[in-house]
Amino acid sequence: MIDRRELLKTLCVAGGTAVVGRDLAAEQSPGRTADEPFGVLVDTTRCLGCRMCEFACAAENGLPDPPADVDGVRTTSPAQWTVVNRYETDKGSITVKRQCMHCTVPACASACLTRAMHKTGPGPVAWTSSKCMGCRFCMISCPYDMPKFEYDSPVPKIQKCNMCVARLEAGKPPACVENCPAQALTFGRRAELVDIGRARIYGEPDKYVHHIYGEQEVGGSNWMYLAAVPFGQLGFPASIGTTAFPTYTKEFLYAVPVVLTLLPPMLLAMSRATRGDAGDGGHDRQEENGA
Amino acid sequence: MTHALTASAPASGVRGFIRFLAREAKPTGPIWTPFNVVSGLIIAVAAVLLVIRFTQGLGSITNLSQDYPWGLWIGFDVITGVAFAGGAYVLTFMVYVLGQEKYHPIVRVTVLNGFLAYVFYAGALLLDLGRPWNVINPIIGNSFGVSSVLFLVAWHFLLYMTAELVEFSPAVAEWLGWNRVHRVLTGMTIGAVVFGITLSTLHQSGLGALYLMARDKVHPLWYSEFLPILFLVSSVFAGLSMVIFEGSITHRVFHHRVGHRLAATHDSLVIGLARICAGTMVVYLVLQLLVFVHGQRWVYLGTGMGAWYLFEILGFVLAPAALFIHGFRREDLRVIRAAAILAMLGIVLNRLNVSVIGFKWYAAARYVPTWMEIEVTLAVICAEIWVFRWVINRMPVLGAAFERPRLVRPRHAEAKVEAA
Repeated sequence: MIDRRELLKTLCVAGGTAVVGRDLAAEQSPGRTADEPFGVLVDTTRCLGCRMCEFACAAENGLPDPPADVDGVRTTSPAQWTVVNRYETDKGSITVKRQCMHCTVPACASACLTRAMHKTGPGPVAWTSSKCMGCRFCMISCPYDMPKFEYDSPVPKIQKCNMCVARLEAGKPPACVENCPAQALTFGRRAELVDIGRARIYGEPDKYVHHIYGEQEVGGSNWMYLAAVPFGQLGFPASIGTTAFPTYTKEFLYAVPVVLTLLPPMLLAMSRATRGDAGDGGHDRQEENGA
Repeated sequence: MTHALTASAPASGVRGFIRFLAREAKPTGPIWTPFNVVSGLIIAVAAVLLVIRFTQGLGSITNLSQDYPWGLWIGFDVITGVAFAGGAYVLTFMVYVLGQEKYHPIVRVTVLNGFLAYVFYAGALLLDLGRPWNVINPIIGNSFGVSSVLFLVAWHFLLYMTAELVEFSPAVAEWLGWNRVHRVLTGMTIGAVVFGITLSTLHQSGLGALYLMARDKVHPLWYSEFLPILFLVSSVFAGLSMVIFEGSITHRVFHHRVGHRLAATHDSLVIGLARICAGTMVVYLVLQLLVFVHGQRWVYLGTGMGAWYLFEILGFVLAPAALFIHGFRREDLRVIRAAAILAMLGIVLNRLNVSVIGFKWYAAARYVPTWMEIEVTLAVICAEIWVFRWVINRMPVLGAAFERPRLVRPRHAEAKVEAA
């Protein structure tokens, strides 16, 4: 009996630590002042659609050159981390650069069971090849469908914009920002970018819709957008809400340690109770049944 | 047939043991049966396909895309396969926790089935992983992604496989004639059962929780925050329907391995299981109705997906639930078996509707599996049947468990083994 209890205890501890051993949340709460994370504000009213950012991105990250002629709405791909699409709207033709939004509390990172996909302190959501097992749960979870998988490689990688994390650490802005000839991309601390966005909207209230996309969406992201038309017209998901996506699984995960702690003793007690005469009697019955 | 068990126990000494294993490894029946030829071909073709898959990448044999990162191998093999393996935790709960001894004769075969289902169907996950060599990362602890539902599911698969192996291990010990080991392993059963049930409730629901972050990607008729509880409740009747279905086949194919007690009581067991299936299906229907009302889902009923939803709920939950009720009232096994098959089809439909059919229902290019993905899935099923058959034909699984103690208990048998 003691052996059994010991075993059970060991197993419970093993199972429990696996789940409650660390903080449940994926978010690493960013500092408020000096280490406020970096971000980029995209002002689509300034974008010329020249696609210089696409080429700069490819050159910086060792990706093949983007196609010279494009039409239709494209998505990012393993070989192209950012795309500029043209949308016909109420206010004429608008071009929009898209890439990973680098969410403040990223769904992909909380989905990752190896921490290959992770939020870095300076802001980028980055991916580590040596940890990733290629399960593609990040792709299932991302509200913007940004992680892309190399289906044609025996050693596939998850590919997406990493906000030029190496350049950021060297004190330089992302390659796309540096190469934008129209100042459509503004690099800076996220909190400052929100202020800049607000200032532009207040300064020219008729030019912009009064909404900074990415300020609140899915808990906020480090990339944010200004536009002259509602963002639904520019291919942005309109109904994703302002709740950080990891919140949707948090309740379930919180139930795990509770179930792991409460259910086994309850089941054990029930098992003892239904055995009638406790102790030896039950043991005998087990023997008789041969397992 | 019962004496065959003791007769097949290994002789003393290491050499004798190896000779025993070599003897047992050989096939017991004719080799060139239609089933063997067909399943052998399926497995051979899958082996070739998998070589292509691991040298050329997943895109070479699957239709997976950036829009559909998970296809048949996850939606059917893993998510549906694990639901079907739910019978093991339900039955061990009934027998070891609730003390329903009546169901003891089918525990072993169900646990074996569950164990093999996890090994093969959860094992099929490895085929789908892009970088399977990193699969140990979340296990060895250099990178615990504890905020991930998949982390929980992966760990629970692993731990539950271990628990089921412990639950089944007395049968292996009996097969090998290791009486002392048998006693130790038997003592571990209740611990493994309690742990296994706990793990099952969490990862059966966890498979549903995987889709909680795919909020806008799963069709609103299938997405809800109650997915985990719906997956858990449906795994009860999915698993038991599988037990009924598997039993009806096993008893025909392996009738020579079925013990007297099981042969005599099997029909009444099936009727009892049908009653539980009916009950849980009614609970599940009520839950579905609550979710339907809560999610104000009626606005979608007029669409094509709405018709598909009604097809699933009415045709493959309500209908089999009614058949189960009819079946256990009339004690009609044929009706019960039909109900079990319908209920299983309903589970396949439901899991695929969440993971594949209703996933990105709005996408321009829908995912349809290639013949090669289906072929590999069939090969996984065939391989599992081969191993199942091998074990059933050698180890005391189908009832022999209950006739064995009376045979081996005599002291001289133990003394002989101890001397070895």
